[in-house]
Amino acid sequence: MPLLGHLSLWLAFLVGLWGAITGFAGGAPPQGRADLQQSARYATFAMFGALVVAVISLEIAIFRHDFSLEYVAAYTSRNLPTFYLWSALYAGQKGSLLFWATVLSLFAALVQAMTSGRHRVYLPYVAAVTCAVATFFITVMLFAANPFERLAFVPLDGRGMNPQLQNPGMVFHPPMLYLGYISITIPFAFAIAALLSKRLDSDWLVAIRKWTLVSWLFLSIGLLIGMWWAYVELGWGGYWAWDPVENAALLPWLVMTAFLHSVMIQEKRGMLKKWNLALIIGAWLLSIFGTFITRSGVIASVHSFTQSSVGYFFLVFLVLAAALSFWLYASRLPLLEADATLESMVSREASFLFNNLLLIGIAFSVLWGTLFPILSEAIKGTKIMVGPPFFNQVNVPLGLALLAMTGIGPLIAWRRASIPNLRRQFAVPLTSGVFVLLILLVAGVRDIGALMAAGIGGFVLGTVGQEFARGARARYRQYGESTPYAIIQLLTRNRRRYGGYIVHVAIVLLFVAFAGMSFKTETEATLRPGESAELKGRDGHVYTFTHLGISQYNALNRQVTAALIDVRRDGKAIGRLRTEKRQHVDALGNNTFEPSTEVGIMSGLRVDLYVVLAGLVNGTEQAVFRFTINPLVWWVWFGGFVLVIGGLIVLWPGGAAVAVKGSRAPSTQAGYTVKLEAER
Amino acid sequence: MLATEWYNTNMKAGTKFALGAVLIVGSVGYLMASGIKQTGQYFLTPSELAQRVSADPSFYDLGLKVGARVVPGTVSKEIATQTLRFHITDGTVNYPVVFKGLPPDTFTDSVEVVVEGRLQRDGVIHATNVLAKCGSRYEAVPKA
Repeated sequence: MPLLGHLSLWLAFLVGLWGAITGFAGGAPPQGRADLQQSARYATFAMFGALVVAVISLEIAIFRHDFSLEYVAAYTSRNLPTFYLWSALYAGQKGSLLFWATVLSLFAALVQAMTSGRHRVYLPYVAAVTCAVATFFITVMLFAANPFERLAFVPLDGRGMNPQLQNPGMVFHPPMLYLGYISITIPFAFAIAALLSKRLDSDWLVAIRKWTLVSWLFLSIGLLIGMWWAYVELGWGGYWAWDPVENAALLPWLVMTAFLHSVMIQEKRGMLKKWNLALIIGAWLLSIFGTFITRSGVIASVHSFTQSSVGYFFLVFLVLAAALSFWLYASRLPLLEADATLESMVSREASFLFNNLLLIGIAFSVLWGTLFPILSEAIKGTKIMVGPPFFNQVNVPLGLALLAMTGIGPLIAWRRASIPNLRRQFAVPLTSGVFVLLILLVAGVRDIGALMAAGIGGFVLGTVGQEFARGARARYRQYGESTPYAIIQLLTRNRRRYGGYIVHVAIVLLFVAFAGMSFKTETEATLRPGESAELKGRDGHVYTFTHLGISQYNALNRQVTAALIDVRRDGKAIGRLRTEKRQHVDALGNNTFEPSTEVGIMSGLRVDLYVVLAGLVNGTEQAVFRFTINPLVWWVWFGGFVLVIGGLIVLWPGGAAVAVKGSRAPSTQAGYTVKLEAER
Repeated sequence: MLATEWYNTNMKAGTKFALGAVLIVGSVGYLMASGIKQTGQYFLTPSELAQRVSADPSFYDLGLKVGARVVPGTVSKEIATQTLRFHITDGTVNYPVVFKGLPPDTFTDSVEVVVEGRLQRDGVIHATNVLAKCGSRYEAVPKA
């Protein structure tokens, strides 16, 4: 089987190369050569087939415990739970490269199969770009990181999987994040195709709108699961540490979010063509940059794979791809003149532009902070590092401004807003924001950041509520629909707009939850069985943690030391927490890896109680614990859930087609204001 | 056009937008510059730190990060007081480190670490944070 896998890789390599060559040479229909175009199309299908065979071969080798393969021996062992044998496919560098290439080829084939109508003219170039990118990944595997590499001898057992990867979150987080990362290649391929074929009207935007949203959604889910994994598995009591690799995943997400907003301006007003193309190209380059950071070890991170020559491949690819894209982009700039100009600073367009600037500003500061050690060393000769304080200091104000734009944007009319219009629009949301602010002030909250987050959050919720209320009222007048039914109708008829508002609600929930983390309290204690520690939470309650005792036992692939803790809130028992130290062992009982920690978490709407067993004192039952009270963490996961729901509503196929303006400027004022007139 | 719509009459929209953009870009730049100034920390190897300290004693008591390898056999843990003592080295210069708190799971006596803290006059680095910068974190360490 490994031989078959290795051969399939070579086959995929050749087919991919062929697809790239024929796709570029075939050019765009109708002038291009139809036979070459068809050939490029089939190449994507063949490449996908070959890579699937390679993946299956590797999985079979993993399930058969074929330790003659270096990859299988390095990441699995005989006693690894079956569940994790699946995720072993992407637990290591080489396998994850194979996974990357396969998913990309899946997208490449899907886009060829699913694209219909007038967007088909882009397909040959899209095939060429996707094949070229996939071929690069296959090249890296074949020449630097072959998952089918054999060992000179066959070990009796493998080294096993790192215990921190043996977590359900780690089974789903990488594929989700990869799906997001990888699917950015499709919008990018369409952008390049539009540039190459010089068909730069709004058509290509429509072709990629859904794909962009798909990657955005996958990236969001991947980030959220990653946060959850960090929270429950790493044991430092938080979910976001501004680690370089986390930042690398956040960067394309920020740029895509900017694109999803600014694309509306191009659709409605024919403006921002250059900007939108630049955003898509930038998002894709950032995704490759993220892959480079993760795999090269150039920036120290807790997430990185082993330092390896793979980094050079990625660096060369990144530089080459950036140079080619920018050259192509620059050569087409004359074709990208806007159809309209900005008419007023108080307009939907302007508010979207400010939103874009803020998102890109945040992305730039995150990139800058991530690269700063390298930059400062190159320029000043000393490595200077910045950490979470830097990112918080910069991004809290920018994030709050962005949150405010979330509420302001939907309230301002396209093209130009009038004063009466503004007054009518802002009254309810502003009142709602001030109301929230007053409640918190009365409740005794004095933290500026939290007050601002909540106040602005109240304003945004007011905006969204007003939008839904007005929409429902209009439907009631027109069709006599009841409010709940009208809201469902709004959501199904105009998914993009109202689904987007749901996402805005999710963003408010997330921001408030993030702000809650500034109220976390923490204590460390060494306790004998029966002894307890007290910790006052910022929710006003006093929590008492009593150490009940230690139990030790063997599980499938580990020796477990577990501590049981009784938890009381203001003296009243509310449950028990359990935290573990795990020493993973191989089939012969020898220790593998360092001991890992299983966190005990009791999650609630207001606070999470979070307990870590740090160790036992000299093997007695006296144990060291860290107790943390994390406010509002539940709301991060709930906000994430709402975000995904909102994204799915926008993405769901069907519904009313959104009219797309062509290259001509629209003669009537589009969208929002027209609706308002009808509502009067 | 109404005279009250000052924002539409006084200046061209493009110019005003440019002002807004400059404001945003400016604040991003300012926040970044001040952020780096206030929170940036030197990242040094033990040799570099020794050099700096001998050249400029103000490097004592300065918050910084030191990246080095833990010297095998020097780790001592006092679980009762949660004090961790170890030595770090880059092959030429060796510094003792004291850390109160819980080390990460990946901390062992031969791992690469990033120690965050201050070098005090007693020649000991008093760490506020220890990160196990384990490049091969997700890959098993072959047991010797």
